[in-house]
Amino acid sequence: MNELAITVIGRDRPGIVADVAEVLARLGANLTDSTMTRLRGHFAMTLICTGPAAAEVEAALVPLAAEGQLLATVRAVTPDGEVPPAGEPYVMAVHGSDRMGIVAAMTRVLVDAGGNVTDLSTRLAGSLYVVLAEVELPAGVADTLVDRLHRTAAELGVEVTLRPADPDLL
Amino acid sequence: MTGAESGGPAAEAYAGLGDWTPESLVVPGEVRAVVSAPHPVLSRAADEVDPTAKETVQLAADLVATMRVSPGCVGLAAPQVGVGARVFAVDVTGHPKAVTVHGTFVLCNARVVEATRWKAGREGCMSVPDLTGDVKRASRLVVEGDLPGTGKPVRLVTDGFEARALQHEIDHCAGLLFLDRVAGAHAVYQRKVYL
Repeated sequence: MNELAITVIGRDRPGIVADVAEVLARLGANLTDSTMTRLRGHFAMTLICTGPAAAEVEAALVPLAAEGQLLATVRAVTPDGEVPPAGEPYVMAVHGSDRMGIVAAMTRVLVDAGGNVTDLSTRLAGSLYVVLAEVELPAGVADTLVDRLHRTAAELGVEVTLRPADPDLL
Repeated sequence: MTGAESGGPAAEAYAGLGDWTPESLVVPGEVRAVVSAPHPVLSRAADEVDPTAKETVQLAADLVATMRVSPGCVGLAAPQVGVGARVFAVDVTGHPKAVTVHGTFVLCNARVVEATRWKAGREGCMSVPDLTGDVKRASRLVVEGDLPGTGKPVRLVTDGFEARALQHEIDHCAGLLFLDRVAGAHAVYQRKVYL
């Protein structure tokens, strides 16, 4: 079974998801995990599909791209191998005045503590910059990590909070 | 909505759990297999039950038994064991987030009559083992229902984690999963660690 990584990005308009999903369904491409979101007026889709060959999907998306409105990429990827043991889930929230390097500096602190970012989004609203990251941390590092995050945030002039995101099992 | 409006007994007929314990059911509970989504029984509003019926009492005992052998499980609704009946068991005893704790209990035909102080929290479910989601639940709750066996109407006032658990189980009886209530398109997460 082919596994494909597909990205589609273009000026937002109603119907992008339906158009792309229709093409994929017609080809028998099964949409598995995906995120689709609007980023400053552009609609961005990142999808993993299983089914047809990459070239077939690429060709089928050409008519959508031909209007010059959408940019699509398709490439074959290797399916999940052995999944490494997960850490403890946390959410890092950063906000403050926009400047260069906030994401780079803050995520570097996470990586250096053995953290693994599993989801991240940023928003720029006026001069306010917001970063939200889901991160898995090795057991027991959160307390010292908070200090390091605060130091780096202070250098950048932004605020940071790190809170546990462990689910309650019901 | 009050008990009277929903066709149930008048509010003054309700009492707390009293001396009810799972042992009041007398019959021994059997562990049942837990079903996972997608399964039609999890998406169907369950039927009202006769709390005094023999099969309801057995189901109540089985829910308690199944809940007790499932690690980390604080509540289990009949649809989760494949039975479309409005019955669930809850026990949040010892949970670090619990404030008010009523111990182990089973309710039949339960309904929420008051829900206030809504708070977001991340939930997981035995019937959706690979995902979690951010869901708003009332942190102050009044629930009415019937005790299995005696059929006595009860009114429970609770809060915090027990309130969250009750709403999650009452949702199961209405054919709803936490997935039906997640806060937004980015509020469902892959769950990697099964406690």
